[in-house]
Amino acid sequence: MTTKAQAVMDWIDARFPLTSTYKAHLSEYYAPKNFNFWYFFGSLALLVLVLQIVTGIFLVMHYKPDASLNASGVPVAFASVEYIMRDVPGGWIIRYLHSTGASAFFVVVYLHMFRGILYGSYRKPRELIWIFGTLIFLALMAEAFMGYLLPWGQMSFWGAQVIVNLFSAIPVIGPDLSVVIRGDFVVSDATLNRFFSFHVIAVPLVLIGLVAAHIVALHEVGSNNPDGVEIKKKKGADGHPLDGIPFHPYYTVKDIVGVVGFLIVFSFIVFFAPEGGGYFLEYNNFIPADPLKTPPHIAPVWYFTPFYSLLRAMVWPLFGLDAKFWGVVAMGGGVVIIAFLPWLDRSPAKSIRYRGPIFKTLLTIFIIGFAILGFLGTKPPSYAFFGVIPGAPVAQLFSLYYFLFFLTMPVWSKIDKCKPVPDRVTG
Amino acid sequence: MSVDQKMDGSRRQLLLVTSAAGGVAVAAAAVPFVASLTPSERAKAAGAPVEVDISKLAPGQMMTVEWRGKPVWIINRTKEMLDSLKKTESEVSDPNSEKPMQPEYAKNEGRSIKPEILVAVGICTHLGCSPSDKFKTGAESGVSNDWPGGFLCPCHGSTFDMAGRVYKNKPAPDNLEIPPHKYVADTKILIGEDGKA
Repeated sequence: MTTKAQAVMDWIDARFPLTSTYKAHLSEYYAPKNFNFWYFFGSLALLVLVLQIVTGIFLVMHYKPDASLNASGVPVAFASVEYIMRDVPGGWIIRYLHSTGASAFFVVVYLHMFRGILYGSYRKPRELIWIFGTLIFLALMAEAFMGYLLPWGQMSFWGAQVIVNLFSAIPVIGPDLSVVIRGDFVVSDATLNRFFSFHVIAVPLVLIGLVAAHIVALHEVGSNNPDGVEIKKKKGADGHPLDGIPFHPYYTVKDIVGVVGFLIVFSFIVFFAPEGGGYFLEYNNFIPADPLKTPPHIAPVWYFTPFYSLLRAMVWPLFGLDAKFWGVVAMGGGVVIIAFLPWLDRSPAKSIRYRGPIFKTLLTIFIIGFAILGFLGTKPPSYAFFGVIPGAPVAQLFSLYYFLFFLTMPVWSKIDKCKPVPDRVTG
Repeated sequence: MSVDQKMDGSRRQLLLVTSAAGGVAVAAAAVPFVASLTPSERAKAAGAPVEVDISKLAPGQMMTVEWRGKPVWIINRTKEMLDSLKKTESEVSDPNSEKPMQPEYAKNEGRSIKPEILVAVGICTHLGCSPSDKFKTGAESGVSNDWPGGFLCPCHGSTFDMAGRVYKNKPAPDNLEIPPHKYVADTKILIGEDGKA
C-alpha cells in the first residue's frame, strides 16, 4: 500500500475499527480447510437475503397495499401487482426474482440446517449459533407468510385467514389475539396494511439483527467442519489453527463458485418456470381475493407444508382442549423443538462420518418422513397414494415419528456405536 | 466489584426507584401503539344488519350474502334434507346444539327459525375457510358412499350436516355459527339483528 493510502487507513483505524474488523471476520478468520459443498448454503442464504432486500425496495415503489376495489372492481393491491408485471419497465423480472427468491431462500436454508444436523454443527460450543439460526428460520417464516398476503389473491387471503385463525385456538386469549393480529374481525384492508408494514420493515430489521448475531457468534467460536473436530485444539507456532485457512481469499473464492452454480439454477427458474409448477406461485393466487368463497383446494406454499401436515395430523381433542389447539401446538412445537437439538443430542461424535448406524438409519427415515409430510401438505386431506393408501394416517404416522426422533434422541444418540473421532481433519 | 467495598444503600435505592419509574413510563408509552393494533372505530361500525329477500330461493337452493365481511348462507332445505338430520344425529358431535353457536331461538333440530330455511355463517369453525356445499347424496357427492348431504371444508376436511352440525372426529370443534336474524316479512330476513331487541 502506498504511504498515502496507508495514512488514510491509519486515520480511519484511529476512529473506527475498519482494519481489525476486516481481519477478524475475513482475512484472519481461520476456517477449517476441509469444507465441502454443504458449506455453500450459509453464504448463499446471505446472498438471497440481499437479493430479497434489493428487489423488495424496488417493488415497494410500485406496489399499493390497498384492499379496496378500483374502478374495474379489482382490489387495488392485486391490480398493482399486475401493473408491476405488465406496465412497469423491468417490473416482471424484479417481481419474479422476489417471488422465486422466497422459495430459493427456503431451499438454501433447509439445506443449511440439514448440513448442521449432518455434521453436528449445533453441538457445544455452537448452541447459541443454532438458537439464533432457529430464530432466523422463524422470522423467515413470518416474513414469507406476511409477504404472501400482499398480492391479495385467493391463496393470499385464505392462507392468512387460516393461519391467523390458528392463534384463536389458544385458550382464553386466543380470540382477542387473532382480532389484534388482523386489526379487524375478518382479514381485511387493516390486515393487509399491517402485514405490509411488518413485511417491509419490522421483520427485515429483526432478520438482519439475528443474522448479524448468528455470524458474530460463529466467528467467536469458529466454524465446525465435516469431521466435527475442533481445529482450535491444534494450533501452530503462529497461533493459528493448523487445519485452518483464512476465510479470505480461500473461502470467498470458493463461495463464488457456489454463487455461480446457484445463479445458473436460480436464473433458469426465474426465466423459464417462475411459478415453479404452482409450488412457488400457486395458480389460485392469480384470482383476486374473494372473502365469500374459499378455493376448492387450499394449501400453503411448499416450504410450509411439512409443518402444515403436523397441524392437520391432530384431529382428536385432548385434556378438554380442542383438536384445533393441539394442531397449533404440534405445528409450533415442530419448529421450536429444533432449537433444543444441542441438548437432545448426547452422541460422543458430532459428525455423521463417525456416528453409528442408529443415527444414520433414523435420520434417513426422518428426511424421507419430512419430505412425505411436505408432499402430503400440498394435497387435500382426502388424498390417497395411488388412490389406495390414504394419506391422512401416513401423515399422522410421520408426524409422530417427527417428534419421537427428537424426543428419544437423548437415549439413542448415547447408545449408538460411534467410530473413533480423529484429532485432525481428514482433508 | 470487590466484596469488601461498601455499597451505598441510598444511591442503590435511588437507582432502583428511577429504573422502576422509567419502566412504568415505557410501558405507558406502549399503550397507544398496542391500542392502534385493535380494530378501528370504522371497522367496529361496519357490522350493520343486512336485509335479504328469499322469495326466489327455490327448495334445495342456497344463496350467499356478505355480513360483516363474512359469507352468510341461506338454504331452503327440501324435505329429504330435513329428514337426513335424523340420520346424522348419532354421527355429529353436538346434535342438540348445546354449545352456544346459535341464538336461543335456533337451538332446535334444524337450527333455524323456520324449519326449512337455514341461515348460517359459512365459515368453518376450525380455521375459518368457507366450506363447499355438497348437497348431492352418496357416491355422486365425491365425499363418501353413504354421504347424506351437507358441507365439506376444503381446507382440513371437516364435514357438516344439513343443519351445519359438525361430524365427530373432525378438526372443526363446533357447529357452524347461526347469526342473529329475524323475519321482517314472510320472505325477508334481516341478518345481524334479533327479534328480541
